[in-house]
Amino acid sequence: MSPLLAAQGLGLRFGTVIALDDVAVEIWPGEVVAIVGESGSGKTTLLRVLSGMMPPQAGRVLYRDPEGGQHSLFDMPEIALRRLHRSDWGFVYQNPRDGLRLGISAGGNIGERLMAAGHRNYGHIRAIAAEWLARVEIDPGRIDTLPRNFSGGMQQRLQIARTLVTSPRLVFMDEPTGGLDVSVQARLLDMIRGLVAELDLAVLLVTHDISAARLLAHRIVVMQQGRVVEAGLTDRVLDDPQHPYTQLLTTSVLSA
Amino acid sequence: MTTAAGYNFGYLDENSKRMIRRALLKAVAVPGYQVPFGSREMPLPYGWGTGGIQVTASIIGPDDVLKVIDQGADDTTNAVSIRRFFAKVAGVATTERTAEASIIQTRHRVPEAPLREGQILVYQVPMPEPMFRLEPRLAETRKLHALADYSIMHIKFYEDIARTGHIATSYNYPVMVDDRYLMSPSPIPSFDNPKLHRMPALQLFGAGREKRIYAVPPYTKVRSLDFEDHPFQPIRADGTCALCGSRESYLDEIVTDDRGGRMFICSDTDYCGTRAAGQEAAE
Repeated sequence: MSPLLAAQGLGLRFGTVIALDDVAVEIWPGEVVAIVGESGSGKTTLLRVLSGMMPPQAGRVLYRDPEGGQHSLFDMPEIALRRLHRSDWGFVYQNPRDGLRLGISAGGNIGERLMAAGHRNYGHIRAIAAEWLARVEIDPGRIDTLPRNFSGGMQQRLQIARTLVTSPRLVFMDEPTGGLDVSVQARLLDMIRGLVAELDLAVLLVTHDISAARLLAHRIVVMQQGRVVEAGLTDRVLDDPQHPYTQLLTTSVLSA
Repeated sequence: MTTAAGYNFGYLDENSKRMIRRALLKAVAVPGYQVPFGSREMPLPYGWGTGGIQVTASIIGPDDVLKVIDQGADDTTNAVSIRRFFAKVAGVATTERTAEASIIQTRHRVPEAPLREGQILVYQVPMPEPMFRLEPRLAETRKLHALADYSIMHIKFYEDIARTGHIATSYNYPVMVDDRYLMSPSPIPSFDNPKLHRMPALQLFGAGREKRIYAVPPYTKVRSLDFEDHPFQPIRADGTCALCGSRESYLDEIVTDDRGGRMFICSDTDYCGTRAAGQEAAE
């Protein structure tokens, strides 16, 4: 077995600001990896580089396709990368408005990836959309409702349904619980955890919420100023932090 | 053959015509692909057929016979003025008979009579990009064409069916050309879409304001987009032409009074007139 995605020696600067400094990450099939760190530590930049949206100045990212072939992400033609984003990969944005088409009904949003994958049977697409709405705990009776009439939590769940409908193997999530209130966050995390286990997804999760990382992630990567300062199993990193910054991070969490 | 003094043959100068012909050659070579061209100022406003008139001006020769239709009719303002324009600046013969024309410039219709090899159909196109209502960034739509990624068009149809139970696009119905490029057939009724498929005549499309030319060469496959379980269905008013009795042609509905009176007549005046004359002769 080999990793789905492996990055080595990633480097990226914005002017004098170092966004990524010699970063290496691996994601294996079926595992959830959380990237934690404070604002400006390079988490989101790392996610954008790993998902092929932004090329790094140094290092490389290797992707393994379902047939086992290795591809260097930034040497792939744009058409292949785009296809990858619509089939084997998914991206869940922090703000559901970035990942959804707000003027298109919930069913159409879920159907888009299916139609991009070549589905041309309306009844079939609609049945799959209704099934996925039920899976993310949205009443399938609202299949024709526009997402702009959904609550924030529902929009986020719809975005997840839309991403997972083509059964990707690897999903990137950028602060999926950001901007939601605590009880909605808890339900969403619970749902993501269920889906990840059920579908055997690999997830790369960016978050500043340590408790979300503890709940979902198998492994944690801690970033500070563009560097990976600590990485390891979630329990190990959070219960026995070695690096001073990780220690600060874990002790900063308020317990209610 | 006389042309108006002070004008080059066909109004446009020779260099502009060459530029447009180069774009036309490229458009024919890549069926359905929108080729940018340097659209010129024409002596009529955008939206009145500046694209079509430039295409016609660059392909027309002294021996051509021109027919111009607007919504199928030869006697509407747009058709009359464009026909008169070319009679003046190119001195060519004009006709209202589909079979006699070598070039037919059209707005919003394809003639009912089947076209033959050697004829050229020139469409006036207001908006060449079929996806512009769905994706406002033209740079992005160009990318979607390059990647042949037309799923957003299907989303639009999905939404139509979800709301109304059928694909609610009755004109400007998008087509796939040669299984590669998604193309706007210009605002012709979807009734006319099947005529584009493997048509023996050359079809040229000119969009003056948007500065794009595209083409469908003779006998090219043109398929209207649809779903497997909601196949493409051309829309025709359920009626009979009051003048010639046609049950096959595309009909215009005309309100005759303010008490709900109405009648249907053929939108293609040449087709209707020819049929009516034939019936009179038979009597």
